[in-house]
Amino acid sequence: MSAIFPKWTNRLPLMIICGLLLTGSAVIAGVWYYFTPEYTRAGYQPVQPVAFSHNIHAGQLGMDCRYCHTGVEKSWFSNIPASSTCMNCHNQVLKDDPKLALVRESAASGKPIPWVQIHRVPDFVYFNHSVHVNRGVSCVECHGRIDQMDEVYHAKSFSMSFCLECHRNPAAKLRPLEKITDLGWKQPSVEAQHAFGTQALEHWKVESLQNCSACHR
Amino acid sequence: MRYFLLIFVVGVLAVTGIAGRRGAHSRNTPLQIFADMKRQSKLRPQTPNAFFASGVSSQLPVPGTIAHLPGLQVGDQVIPPYQDAPVLTGLETGSTNYVQNNPLPVTAVLLKRGQERFNIYCAPCHGQTGEGNGITKKIGAMGVVANLHDKRIVELPDGEIYHTITYGKNLMGPYGPNVPVPDRWAIVAYLRTLQLSQLGLVQDVPQPLQGALKK
Ligand code: HEC
Ligand code: HEC
Ligand code: HEC
Ligand code: HEC
Ligand code: HEC
Ligand code: HEC
Repeated sequence: MSAIFPKWTNRLPLMIICGLLLTGSAVIAGVWYYFTPEYTRAGYQPVQPVAFSHNIHAGQLGMDCRYCHTGVEKSWFSNIPASSTCMNCHNQVLKDDPKLALVRESAASGKPIPWVQIHRVPDFVYFNHSVHVNRGVSCVECHGRIDQMDEVYHAKSFSMSFCLECHRNPAAKLRPLEKITDLGWKQPSVEAQHAFGTQALEHWKVESLQNCSACHR
Repeated sequence: MRYFLLIFVVGVLAVTGIAGRRGAHSRNTPLQIFADMKRQSKLRPQTPNAFFASGVSSQLPVPGTIAHLPGLQVGDQVIPPYQDAPVLTGLETGSTNYVQNNPLPVTAVLLKRGQERFNIYCAPCHGQTGEGNGITKKIGAMGVVANLHDKRIVELPDGEIYHTITYGKNLMGPYGPNVPVPDRWAIVAYLRTLQLSQLGLVQDVPQPLQGALKK
C-alpha cells in the first residue's frame, strides 16, 4: 500500500516552523530598521530653489547663525531670513550673478523665495528653540555640522528617543552661551565637560524634563 | 525548502536594495508610515497658506499699525511703543534733530551685549574693530564699506548712527527688522567704545600706570 503522504512530509512541520521563524524575524528586523525616523527622515536633502551654501556663508565667511536666523534666541521658531537680508550683501557681492536671480526678484517684488522646509517635528510635539539656545544647547546637537554643508540635510532623526536621550542627561551637552553658534567647538576634555555641565545645571537651574507634558501639551 | 530559501534571500536583497540604509541622503520627502495626527490644519509661521490673498501664513502688519508690545524700560520710565521718544526714533521729541547721546544708561552689561551684537551683525562688513575690513571686504567681494573710525562718523550724533542701523544708508541695508531697539542702542554704545579705543591719549591712562606704557 502506497503512502498517502510521502516520506518527506514528516519534516513538513519542522520546515513550516523554520520558515515562519525566518520570515518573522526578517519582518521584525525590517520594521525595527526601517519604521523609524532614523530611516524615514534622517538624510532628507531636498533641492532648494536657490543654491545657498552654509559652507560658504557660515563656514568660510564665518557669519554667525543669528545674522540670518534672528528669531532663534527669542522665540520657539527659527526663521528663514527674508530676501532683503541677503540683499544687504548681494547688492554689491555677485550683483548680476544668475545664481541669485530669484533672490533679487523676490527682494524687489516682496514675494517670498519658496525654500523647502527640512526639519519639522509632528504637530503634536511642542518644541522651542529659545529654551534650548539660552540654556547652552548648541545648534550642532540637533542639526549637525551645518557650517560644512553645501546643501542642508536632516542630520539627526528627531525621534522621541533622540530628544529624550539628551533630556535624561543634559549636563553632557551643555556649553557656554558664547559658543552656541560655534559649531566646531568642543570642551577640551571629558572632565572639563562634566565640570562645566554640572555647574551649568545648577547655575541655570536646568531640569531633566522627561514628563510627557513637557513636549506633548 | 530550497525554493523557499531562494525566494527569502531574493526578497531580503530586494527590500534592502530598494529601501537603502538609514541616514542615506535622499531628495524624496520623508515617508509617513502612520499618519496619526502628525500634520494638523493649524497655522504655522513661514508656510504657504491659501487662506490669505498673499498665499503665505506670516502676514505683514497693516501699514500704519504698531505691534502691541510691552513698553521699553528706560531708567525707571516705561516707554510705550507708539510714543515719540528719543529711544524709539533716535530724534529729539517733536523735532527732526538727532539725539546727541544714547538714551539708554550705558552700563557694562549694555556694552557686553553691544559687543556680541556688533560681532554678529556688523563685523561681516565693518570688521570686528570697525575699520571697514570685514571678511566680505577682505576677499574683495564687496567694494564700498565705511571705516567707522572716520572723523566724520566719530562726530555723528548717537541718534544718527541709530538711524543708520534702523533704516540703512546708501549702500548699507536696514538692520531695523533684524535687530530690536535696545540692541541697536547697545551697538551704538559699543561702537563709541571702539572709536574711543583708537582716540585714546596718554593722559587717559591713570597716572601710576603711565610709566608702564610701551612706546
Ligand atoms: C546668510 C544667511 C544664513 C546664515 C549665516 C545661516 N543660515 Fe541657515 N539658512 C539660511 C537659509 C536661506 C536657509 C534656507 C535654505 C536652505 O535650507 O538651505 C537656511 C536653512 C537652515 C536650516 C534648515 C531649515 C529647514 O528647513 O529645516 C538649518 C537647520 C539652518 N539653516 C541652520 C543654520 C545654522 C546652525 C547656522 C550657523 C552655523 C546658519 N543656519 C547660518 C540662511 C542662513
Ligand atoms: C555677509 C554678506 C552676505 C550675506 C548676508 C549673504 N551672502 Fe551670499 N555670498 C556672500 C559672499 C562673500 C559670497 C561669495 C562670493 C564669491 O564667491 O566671490 C556669497 C555667495 C553666494 C552665492 C553663490 C554661491 C556659489 O556657489 O558661488 C549664493 C547663491 C548666495 N551667496 C546666496 C545668498 C543668499 C540666498 C543669502 C540670504 C539668505 C545670502 N547669500 C546672504 C556674502 C553674503
Ligand atoms: C534641541 C534641538 C535644537 C537645537 C539646539 C536647535 N534646533 Fe533648530 N530645529 C529643531 C527642531 C526640532 C526643528 C523643527 C521645528 C519645527 O517643527 O518647526 C528645528 C528647525 C529649525 C529651522 C527651520 C525652521 C523652519 O520652519 O523652516 C532652522 C532654520 C533652525 N532650526 C535653526 C537653528 C539654529 C540656527 C540653531 C542654533 C542657534 C538651532 N536651530 C538649534 C531643533 C533644534
Ligand atoms: C542636546 C540636548 C537636548 C536635546 C537634543 C533636546 N533638548 Fe529639549 N531641552 C534641553 C534643555 C537643557 C532644556 C532646558 C530645561 C530647563 O530649562 O529646565 C530643554 C527644554 C525643553 C522643553 C521645555 C520648554 C519649556 O517651555 O519648558 C521642551 C518642550 C523641549 N526641550 C523639547 C525638546 C524636543 C521636542 C526635542 C527633540 C526634537 C528636544 N527638546 C531635544 C536639552 C535638549
Ligand atoms: C523631550 C520631548 C518628549 C517627551 C518628554 C515625550 N515625548 Fe513623545 N514624542 C516626542 C517627539 C519629538 C515625537 C515625534 C517622534 C516622531 O516624529 O516620530 C513624539 C511622539 C510620540 C508619540 C507618537 C509616536 C508615533 O510615531 O505616532 C507618542 C504616542 C508619544 N510621543 C508618547 C509620549 C509619552 C507617553 C510620553 C511620556 C512618557 C512622551 N511621549 C514624552 C517628544 C517627547
Ligand atoms: C552688508 C554689509 C554691512 C553690514 C553688515 C553693516 N554695514 Fe554699515 N555700512 C556698509 C556700507 C557699504 C556702508 C557705506 C554706505 C555708503 O556710504 O554708501 C556703511 C556705512 C555705515 C555707517 C556710516 C553711515 C554714514 O553716515 O555714512 C555707519 C555708522 C555704519 N555703517 C554702521 C553699521 C552698524 C552699526 C552695523 C551693524 C548693525 C553695520 N553698519 C552693518 C555695509 C554694512
